[in-house]
Amino acid sequence: MEFSSRRLADVIVAAPVGQFDHLSAQQLQAALAPILDEAVAGKTPVVLDFSGVDYISSMGLRVLMMAAKQMRAANAPICVAALQPVVEEIFDIARFKHVLETFPSVRAALQKISKTAAAAYDASEP
Amino acid sequence: MKCIRFWGTRGSLPVALTASGVRQKVVAALRGAAGRTFASDGELDAYVDSLDIAVSGTYGGHSPCVEIETGGAEYVLCDLGSGVRPFGQKAMARHGAGSPQTYHIFMSHVHWDHIMGFPFFTPAYLKGNRLCIYGGHAGLEEALRRQHGAPSFPVDFSALGADIEFVRLEPGREYEVAGLTVRLMLQRHTGDSYGYRFTSAGRTVIYSTDSEHNLADLAETSPFVEFFRDADVVVFDAMYSLTDAISVKADWGHSSNIVAVELCQMAGARHLCLFHHEPIHGDEAISRVLAETRRYEEISRTGKPLRVTAAYDGLEIPL
Repeated sequence: MEFSSRRLADVIVAAPVGQFDHLSAQQLQAALAPILDEAVAGKTPVVLDFSGVDYISSMGLRVLMMAAKQMRAANAPICVAALQPVVEEIFDIARFKHVLETFPSVRAALQKISKTAAAAYDASEP
Repeated sequence: MKCIRFWGTRGSLPVALTASGVRQKVVAALRGAAGRTFASDGELDAYVDSLDIAVSGTYGGHSPCVEIETGGAEYVLCDLGSGVRPFGQKAMARHGAGSPQTYHIFMSHVHWDHIMGFPFFTPAYLKGNRLCIYGGHAGLEEALRRQHGAPSFPVDFSALGADIEFVRLEPGREYEVAGLTVRLMLQRHTGDSYGYRFTSAGRTVIYSTDSEHNLADLAETSPFVEFFRDADVVVFDAMYSLTDAISVKADWGHSSNIVAVELCQMAGARHLCLFHHEPIHGDEAISRVLAETRRYEEISRTGKPLRVTAAYDGLEIPL
């Protein structure tokens, strides 16, 4: 699994890459943990860029559920952006959009959460 | 084993199709037939058969009762939900009152939806019939006696004419009943529930209802994968969506269609039969869940295809 994160103004954008099944869901959880700790401490919004995720199982969704609960308890927003069509299907089958708001792109998510972060995103894109 | 026959497939509470529900089906069928002509009953039947069960029929509303037809003379059932009433009527119509039969009944647990049909099970009232009721719960007999008498029911348990025997089973042991090899497994459910693995002549059926799973817990999951291993049919509690099962309905003791697929795939099972349908769901909702489950099976498949069906009252699955 690959994982990267960056800060765009007042938002953290985290980008896991790969398939999250029963073998790799724990890796996703471990990679997200410090991001979530930082976000909770600063009540910083998190956008999960899922453009590089091509499968997620029930165990991966459970990791996202726990992340959503942690963020909700801290009153900090978290959402998912740029789902691949198959992953979006899985979200629909699992009724997971009741848990996490989804956006067609990272920019669309940032536009809703923070105009400053959206501007920083535009400036960072080639 | 010859087949599995479903007499009750609904979870928690029996439901009935309403007048407006029937009307919707009639309207949908007529709308689909607009412009068509039917030259014979055969063409009409072919049209009806082409419709989804949500239009041409119903998943039904009885609470859990499943028959395993062994090919032998003795009956084998799982659970005593309201579906056992039509089963009993069918058995009576077949044998009459003067031909004693033996019924082996395996109980997942004693929650109301799984025992409520017993006071209406006619063969239990008749002398000469023999009922062997198996389960892992110490309080199995007490639960059936308690609902069978005042103030819940007008006829006391002691008035039942059949020879009724309660047999406590233990997980980890193997039993031989009516030509079947039977194992049971403790499941996560309030008050505990037990899943059953029935094997005969190389065919295996799993009856696993009212069971919650957390696949992230490998110590909990691995024994289930082994229990389901290479099963021909897995009858599985898929009552909730995954999201409900791990959030607002976590610890309610039920599972989801997604976990059903993943467990069956891990176990190399051949056929998943969705069971214990949510009583809030109408026929269209269950058909939608079935279609989505089949799609998820395609998406998550790494080995052989897993056949996915949704149980309905009256369904027969040949073995």
